[in-house]
Formats: sequence, C-alpha cells, structure tokens
Amino acid sequence: MTWNLLVTQALNGLQFGVVLFLLAAGLTLVLGVMNFVNLAHGSLYMLGAYIAAAAYARSDSFIVAGVAAVLGTLLIGVVVERTTLRTFYARGHLDQVLATFGLILFFNEAVRIIWGASPVYMRPPDAFSGTIDLLGFTYPSYRILVIVVGLMMAGGLYLLIHHTRVGMLIRAGATNAQMVSVLGVNILLVNTLLFGLGAAMAGLSGLMAGPIFSVQPGMGDNVLIAVIVVIVIGGIGSVRGAFYGALIVGVVDTVGRIYLPLLLRQVAERTVADAAGPALASMLIYLFMAVVLAVRPQGLFPARR
Amino acid sequence: MSAPILSTRGLTKRFGGLLVSDCLDFDVIPGELHAVIGPNGAGKTTLINQLIGELAPDAGTIEFEGRDITALPTYRRSLLGISRSYQITSVFPDFTALENVALAAQAHDGHSFGSWRPVSREERLVRPALAALEEVGLSAKKDACAAELAHGEHRQLELAMALVSRPKVLLLDEPMAGMGGLESESMIRLLASLKGRFTVVLVEHDMDVVFALADRITVLVYGKTIASGSPGAIRASIEVKRAYLGERYASG
Amino acid sequence: MLPEALSARSPRVIAVAVFMLLLAAVPLISGAIGQSYYVTLVTRILIFGLAAASLNLVLGYGGLVSFGHALYLGIGAYSVGILSFHGVSNGWIHLVVTLALSALVSFLTGLVCMRTSGIAFIMITLAFAQMFYFLGVSLKQYGGDDGLTIAQRSDFGPLFSIHGNTGLYYLALGLVAATLYLSWRFVHARFGRLLLGTKSNLRRMRALGFPVLRYQVAAYVISGCICGVAGLLLANFTNFASPAYMYWTVSGDLIVMVILGGIATIMGPLVGAAVYVILETVLSAYTQHWMVILGPVIVLIALLANRGLYGLLLARESSDPGNSAP
Repeated sequence: MTWNLLVTQALNGLQFGVVLFLLAAGLTLVLGVMNFVNLAHGSLYMLGAYIAAAAYARSDSFIVAGVAAVLGTLLIGVVVERTTLRTFYARGHLDQVLATFGLILFFNEAVRIIWGASPVYMRPPDAFSGTIDLLGFTYPSYRILVIVVGLMMAGGLYLLIHHTRVGMLIRAGATNAQMVSVLGVNILLVNTLLFGLGAAMAGLSGLMAGPIFSVQPGMGDNVLIAVIVVIVIGGIGSVRGAFYGALIVGVVDTVGRIYLPLLLRQVAERTVADAAGPALASMLIYLFMAVVLAVRPQGLFPARR
Repeated sequence: MSAPILSTRGLTKRFGGLLVSDCLDFDVIPGELHAVIGPNGAGKTTLINQLIGELAPDAGTIEFEGRDITALPTYRRSLLGISRSYQITSVFPDFTALENVALAAQAHDGHSFGSWRPVSREERLVRPALAALEEVGLSAKKDACAAELAHGEHRQLELAMALVSRPKVLLLDEPMAGMGGLESESMIRLLASLKGRFTVVLVEHDMDVVFALADRITVLVYGKTIASGSPGAIRASIEVKRAYLGERYASG
Repeated sequence: MLPEALSARSPRVIAVAVFMLLLAAVPLISGAIGQSYYVTLVTRILIFGLAAASLNLVLGYGGLVSFGHALYLGIGAYSVGILSFHGVSNGWIHLVVTLALSALVSFLTGLVCMRTSGIAFIMITLAFAQMFYFLGVSLKQYGGDDGLTIAQRSDFGPLFSIHGNTGLYYLALGLVAATLYLSWRFVHARFGRLLLGTKSNLRRMRALGFPVLRYQVAAYVISGCICGVAGLLLANFTNFASPAYMYWTVSGDLIVMVILGGIATIMGPLVGAAVYVILETVLSAYTQHWMVILGPVIVLIALLANRGLYGLLLARESSDPGNSAP
C-alpha cells in the first residue's frame, strides 16, 4: 500500500465523486422539490457525453464541445419536460417510473442508431492531455481539471441556492412544495427551470466524463444507480447531502475496489480473497447505503423540514 | 374526582418558530365527555395528533391508565384502547362502508396472518361492523362504495370506524365538520348516545352542542389551557370571554 | 364480491376458464400442427406472468413500487445454476434453496427498504437489485458476465419430469394457476384486505391499530419467494443463468407487465406478460432497433393504461366498480 497509490486513488475517487455530484445535485432537487421520479436523468448524462464527443470531433475545440453539450442537454431536457414529463407531475410515482423508464430505453437505442453500439473515443483537451507533478508523483492534468471544475460548480450552486431569490424558492420548495405554489409562484416555470438546471449539469457531467469513461449506449444506467445511492445517503432534496454523499461514494467506491481485495488477502486465504474481493468491492457502496438507511433513513444531511 | 384515564403533562410542540402546544396539561376522567374548544389555530387537532401518536411532542409526557405512552407508536396506542376520528374524512374510498368498518374491527381481532376465509364470511368482523353501522345510522348504505357516500354519511362512517373496536377513549376531531342542519341533528343525537358508554374527548366548534353535551370543557388558546372546568364555570370565565371576544367584553 | 358470490355464468369467469383451458391445450395444439415454437413462446409468457403476479402482490395490492424484483429471478436462476455446476441436479433441492435464499434476501432487504416510502423506496429497491447484478458479474467462477450454462434441467424424480419442453410447460402452467388461485383467496381474506388498506390509506391503518410493517415485509417475502420460483423456471427454460436476468431493465419490464395487464387484478399480470412478450417478439422480428419503438410505447402505456387491459374488462362488467374482484 504505497502512498503514491493511495493518493492517486483518492484523487480518482474525488474526480468520480465530482462527476456524481453534478448529476446528483440536479436529480435530488427534482426528486425533493418536484417530487418527480426522473430515472431518465442518466440519459441526459449520456447525451451530454455523445454531443460533446461529436462536437469535439468536428470542431476540435473542447470549449465548443462543452458549450454544445451543456446547451444541447439543456434544450433536450426542457423539451422533454414540457412535452412528455409535465403530464406526469400529477400522476403517482409509479407512472413516473414507468414513463422515464420508457425514455431511457428510447434514448439508449436512439444513440445506438445514430452513433453505433461501439464506444466512442473522446480525447481530453490538448491543453490538459499531459500530466502534472503533484507531491512527488505524476497525475493526469485533465482529471485535476475535472475536480476543479466540479468544485467550482459546487461553489456556484451553493451561492445560487443560499444567496439568490431563485435559490430561496428552491429551498422553500424542497421543504414545502405545496406552500410555494400556494404563495402564487408560477410553479410550472420553477419546475422547468429546475429541470433545465439539472439537465445542464448532467450535460456538463457527461462532457467531463467523456474522456475518462467510455462513451457508449447505456453509460448513463450504471451511473444513475450510483447517483441514486448518493442521493439516498445524502438525503433526498438536499444539495449539501448530494455533495458530501457524492464525495463519499466516489472515494469509497474507487479506493475500495483497489484496497478491499488487497485487505482480504491479508486476512483470508488467497483463493477466497481473489473470489470474494472484487465481489465485495462492487457491493461496497450498496452495503454502505444499507447501513445509512438502517441508522438514519432520512439520509446523512437531510433537507431541513 | 377519580384518577384520569388519559393525561398530558407539559406537552410542548413547535413547528419551526411556531409554538403550537405550550406546556399543556390535560386530563380526561373515565366516563366523561370532555370537550376541547378554542379559536382556530389553538392547537386542538395537534393535541389529538399527539395523543394518538401521529405527532411526537418536543417535550412533555402522555399517560394512559397510569403508564407512560409518550414513546409508543400509534398502532400500539390504538390496541391499548385509544381510538380517533379525523376532522377531514379519512376512510378507504374503494371499500364499501361495511368493508371499511370490518377492516377497523379486524385490527382489534388478533393477527391477520393465516386466514384464507373471505372477510365477508368472517362473522367476528362482520357482526361488530354491522352493529357499529347500525349505531351511527348507516345500515342502509352498508354496501355502498365509500367514495360515493354523501358528506354527512362520511362523517357517520368516520365515527363507526372509531367505535367498532369499543375503545376506552374516543378522540373525536370535529365529527360535525361541514355538516348541514338535518345531518347535524342526527349526529348530535348520536354523540349524546355515546355519553356514559364511552369516555370521549370531543373537539368541536358548535358551542350549542358543546355546552349541551360536555361534562367538562377545556379552552385552548395558542396551545395553552386558559380555562378548564364545568360548562357553567367556562361560561362565566372572564379569561374565556377575553380570548373569544376580545378585551372590551372581558371586563364586566 | 367474493367466492360464493361468483356466478358461474358471469362472462368474465367463463372467459378466464376458457383462457386457462386454452393454455392447457397449447402443447397439444402445438404438437398437432408441428410448431413447437408456440410452446416455448407461451412458456416464456407463463414464467414472466408468474414473476409479474408476484410483483402485483406488493405493487398492485400493497402499493409498494418495487423496482428490484428481477433480483429474485436471479436468485432462482443461480440457485439452479450453481447447484448444477457442483453436480447437484435434484430439483427439490433447487427449490428449497431458491425459497430459502429468496426468503432471506427479501426479508433483509424488505426490513431496510420498508424504513422508507415513496421515492426513496423505489430507488432503494433499484439499488439493491443492481448490487446483486454486480455481485453476479463479479462471480467469475460461475461465468460472471457471460453467464452460466446449465447442463441438465432440475430433476424432480419420479413425480414428473421437466427435461422435455412439454413437462416444463405444464409445471409452469400449474404454478401460475396455483399462484393466481391463491392470490385470489388471499386478496379477499384478512391479509389481502390489510394490504389494500395500506395502499389506500396508510395513516388510518396505523391509527386503527395495525402493525403495518410486519405485514408489508411478510408480503414482500412471499412475493420474493414466488419470483424466485419463476427464476428457477427461467433457468430451466433457457438452460442458462446470467446476471442479465437481474439487470434493472428486467425489473422495469415486470412493472410494465403489471400495469399493462391491470394493477390489483388477479389475471392482469398474466395478460400483461402475454401482451408484452408478444409485443417484444413482434417488434424485434421487425427491426433490430425495436427498443426505440418500445420505449415510447411504454411511455404511452404509463400515460393511458389507467386500469390496464384486464382491468378495463373488469370495469365494464362489474356493477360494483369499487370492489377488487379478480
């Protein structure tokens, strides 16, 4: 267990956490404020990655790719919300689950039709394609960029929620959505804005994840499950919970996958450790979630009521 | 005065910055009909919610038959013998009136595992359900779907569901809410018939009914008891006049 | 309203009886016309119908939106697969292990999941099921991602044999029929009424004196066990156990079947499974990209299917629309 490996993995975990946070923040608000189960959130992440990859391939500018991804997912998100999802606000969670499930299948296949089933390669921007020296070892500069951008977004979101009027509406809605609409606020507009914000962040997340994870159909599905774990651990409707939850999940999952098998080999026979190690490691964040649920069902940082 | 069957000591409940129950002491004597009145927002329904356990107090204790039930979950309190009806009708809309009351009876008739008998053939549930419906005057509508009942019939059903388990204490939250003239009269007769047979805590706004039926009246204002005693004492109380009618009428 | 009130002449009852008889006759008809394909198609429908019926217990009658039922398909399938791998092909042992594991997993996850409700419950069941998917993928010695081939079907000894497709068909049909009948009895008895009550008005149920949690967990366990048995059938049907059986989209498929057929109806899950499987079969024959059509179809189902196909039939016939008659 070298220091080098630990720090590298911790940074990787941080970077994964930041990607998760961008997704979790948007989704937790939709769940908590709008009380709407949007399983298709992962699809927006996937679309963001694809649009970014396509724009980057054509324009050779990462910035153009970024703008395209964010605006593209924002547009798609708002259009889908207004045309399809809006009809389901009044419906129960069951119908919402079903409808967004159908959307996932649709988007996964649509992407397969347009871009094919094989993963699309997306390289990091030229300015960040190298490594930098950090505390005596090298680390890819692009991943540092991801961490920095993610933390900046977290900061920006914090400012938005705690220091603007829009943010106040969101916080009010998270604690008592009915009250907000009774107070005469155009709740449909707020919903669209909230949804759009979530979509844009999902697109940004997809953009940044593109060069690191592979861009392929269904890439949003597994990430969605991890995002769900983040939200449950953090507390539904809580952006603060999404932040800490994402970092916890990101680091635990990344570091756990490397160290748990190693740890097991210390205490158990090699064949057992080799079999059980990866299995347990993949289950780690879910077991963590189960423990949190058993002890604090409302999450670690619940949106205050 | 015999020992209270249900009582609270120092009951306190806050909703954010709002103090809804303010160090409330409340006693219910077995066999009495104890009315709770007060202006809107006085915390009457919140008191009922805390007594039944649907709301946890921030401070204070609740005792039933000498034991502390403050931490007891709602269903346990119901099984001990505390039953409530709701101000806003809370029934099972897809079930018939009879099925609604039979379900209420089922909760107090042992467990629900292991039985394959259709409930309509369970004498132990159907008989008390029919009796309760008869008592509240809803027998004619026993096979009507609850969703299709008129408002007054809903209130009758509410009461039947609370009664059927023969509770030791009945907490009635505005049983006459939203009722018109004729409906009210039969409900008043029904409430009068409960007197002596059940211990009743009655939250109501209709003063005529309250003063006609109550053995004791507690007046709540801003979560605090400002007066508690016989109807005569309450009628004469200056504090009560002040609370309801304002300063001008309080003096003299 | 209940068993004794059911008139033998009611068109719906006759339709159901005819439907079940037709199902029983499928292998015979299929053999007669020399097309064994229909037996396999309907076996598939029966297996998913069984799984959907199990889901309907907690989802339709209990109001608990479990998005993780595919997990139990996997438990059943891997019970057969792993035991077979190690040389145990006795069907009764497969069955006991399936039931024990399904019961254990559903009990533990049920206890944890029932601490939440609404959105949280849906997402947690989803997460737990996916956890087992990843577990399956990581079990390299049992095939991992590629799955596990099962050399020989479960051996149920002298009683009956499912080594042939017809035998398996009738076992599946028998289990489906038994489950539907028992569900019908269950729904009209105390436990079923309790469950319906919790779906309709949970708060009142507690105030009435019901210890709701234990019944919800119990229903969840029963549901998980039945779904586990469906998984056992599935593994025998395909001679294969795979993590893909537990993938979350399969859970979604089961929900679609329940809604399509009609929530909280007895025959609904089977009807829904039939329509959905046939729809999938037809669409996938038409184009390789059939999911791009199925997706929007599912959205439409969510939008329009209020009572489901079988539910519509019920509503039209019944003079008592509020009753949850089968």
